[in-house]
Amino acid sequence: MPVSKKYIKDIQDRAKKAIDKPALYGEDIDLKQFQKHIERGKIESLELLPELAKEAALMAGVDVEEKERSGSYVQMDHSVVYKKLSKLYEGKVELMSTNEAVETYDWLEDYFWRIVQPDTDKYTAQVALNPTHGYFIRILPGQKLDYPLQTCLMIAEGYISQNVHNIVIVEEGAELHIITGCTLSKSDAVGIHLGISEFYVKKGGKLFFTMIHNWAENFYVRPRTAVMVEEDGVYVNNYALLKPVKSIQSSPVVYLKGDRASARFNTVIYGLKDSYIDLGSKIVFEGKETKGESLARTIADHKSVIYSRGDLIAKTQDYCMGRLDCRGIIFSNDASIYAIPQLISYGADRADLSHEASIGPISEEQVEYLMSRGMTKDEATSLITSGFLNLDIPFLPEIIDKHIKEVIQITSKESL
Amino acid sequence: MIKTLKAEGGIKMGEMLKVKNLHVSVEGRKVLEDINFSMDYGEIAVLFGPNGAGKTTFIMTLMGFPKYKIEKGKIIFKGVDVTHMDVSERAKLGMGLSFQRPPVVRGVSLRKLLKIVGNGKTDEEILQYAEKLNLTNHLDRDVNDGFSGGEVKRAELLQLLMQKPELVFIDEPESGVDLENIVLIGEMTNQLLGRGQRIKDPKKSAIIITHTGYILDYINADKGYILLNGKLQCRGNPRDILSEIKKNGYRRCFTCQ
Repeated sequence: MPVSKKYIKDIQDRAKKAIDKPALYGEDIDLKQFQKHIERGKIESLELLPELAKEAALMAGVDVEEKERSGSYVQMDHSVVYKKLSKLYEGKVELMSTNEAVETYDWLEDYFWRIVQPDTDKYTAQVALNPTHGYFIRILPGQKLDYPLQTCLMIAEGYISQNVHNIVIVEEGAELHIITGCTLSKSDAVGIHLGISEFYVKKGGKLFFTMIHNWAENFYVRPRTAVMVEEDGVYVNNYALLKPVKSIQSSPVVYLKGDRASARFNTVIYGLKDSYIDLGSKIVFEGKETKGESLARTIADHKSVIYSRGDLIAKTQDYCMGRLDCRGIIFSNDASIYAIPQLISYGADRADLSHEASIGPISEEQVEYLMSRGMTKDEATSLITSGFLNLDIPFLPEIIDKHIKEVIQITSKESL
Repeated sequence: MIKTLKAEGGIKMGEMLKVKNLHVSVEGRKVLEDINFSMDYGEIAVLFGPNGAGKTTFIMTLMGFPKYKIEKGKIIFKGVDVTHMDVSERAKLGMGLSFQRPPVVRGVSLRKLLKIVGNGKTDEEILQYAEKLNLTNHLDRDVNDGFSGGEVKRAELLQLLMQKPELVFIDEPESGVDLENIVLIGEMTNQLLGRGQRIKDPKKSAIIITHTGYILDYINADKGYILLNGKLQCRGNPRDILSEIKKNGYRRCFTCQ
């Protein structure tokens, strides 16, 4: 049974009222310029992706050989081009397009547009009114896969608006790793990626979500993400942006609803060229003994502008603990970083919230220390920079790790 | 026998390091004055002197740290004038330094640094050395992050064992280290200098700064020097110098010209 027509209509009615509503942060984008609709045919294997697409997928952390992946979901422009789940995991996990899930499960109403509101701004409204898939993943109670699932949301053509809606449900006691790459295979394309993500981690469940963004100079990105974590649940969000982007604005929010629920954000941002980057994280402490941590490492080079936000919001009257750690390095006189940590307590008299924010140069002392071991100044600076960005993100594909090092090597040389 | 030190001229065979007429300032303040110093291949020199005499400045200048500004004079290492070379070039030429208080390098594991410094050393070799220095549990920690005094010293030695310098500067190897660790540091320093039981490499040299002299119980030093008020004052048998300092402090040095 599909989601009821009445529910969908209600969502759309609310969205219509917000169709011109600008977002709280970031440049206001005229969505009318992105009108193209492009459907693509299915492929049998990821190896059969066109060369440029394959490269774009690789740069976003996609394992095209699928050796260490439990399954894959790949969307190009407005079509799902590839979807495969290893036979080993059939009956343990569900993987389909959200459009398909809306047509299949009436109970999806409990998860669809529940923690992200369709009338938040013009971008959520656009996705509610013109959805173009996105992935639906549900892992059944107590299940655990040997390898991560991978998803890839690719754009291969200009002047389109990719409006995806992703839903992930981790049922009680289950554990799931997802690596998702959002990527552009036509590097000069003007366009926008809008992504609604609603994730639910139930009692004792664990969700490790790693997202790699691979955009280019003319591309806009406006993700809207919310995560609900129940009792004893764990949510870990890893995010890396290492390529230029026209502008990106996003601030995922995690609601630690259940007692002892926990969340952690690891964010790595490298601002290049004229990128305008406004990224944050919000953790809302509602249950007792909840814990949340948000770590961000930002480097601003060239003429990039980076807003690095972090909000810890305590609403429980019981003990909760939150920590923000946000560090930045400026590599260019034309770049800027705004580090904006915010701690909010709503009568949470037992909440323990703290933040550490810093912007500073690479330490000369560290450079000289490594030089005394025989490294050149370039080599020492690169090593320190890659250490600065190293947040030990698990399952980060080797190619991404290598790419991070390459970017660092090129840019840190320029900055000297 | 402790002798008053006189300026030496010329370069002789077997000489690894020669410092001529060296004047050094730190942040605009004169610290070293007219230092003349030389050492042969395979020699271990010990540098004594009260706090603030300029001992650390001397070895940091030899290693080439830019904070230590050479106002006048020359440093010749293995026949090459290194006076204007940077730290990295001097390290490549064969100098190495054990820091007293090295910085933390976040996000870089000790293992990773050892691999880079070791340049071709296998994981097994790294593990073997780490085992000898009781540092296997530290290999995957960030370099120097939360290391105790003794762990810092051992981690410095471990890096130097990978780097294999021919001339090593060691700044107070015994400070902040318990007795058990001094024995280990002494043994491994001997190995670093090619004076271990099995390996003999008579070409390696060292300048060691010590306050307490404990390290002399484990390392067979050849010469001792006293640095006072930025000037090299005396040269002699390191044990004689140490017992003189223990008995009379540095008082007599001030009168000895």
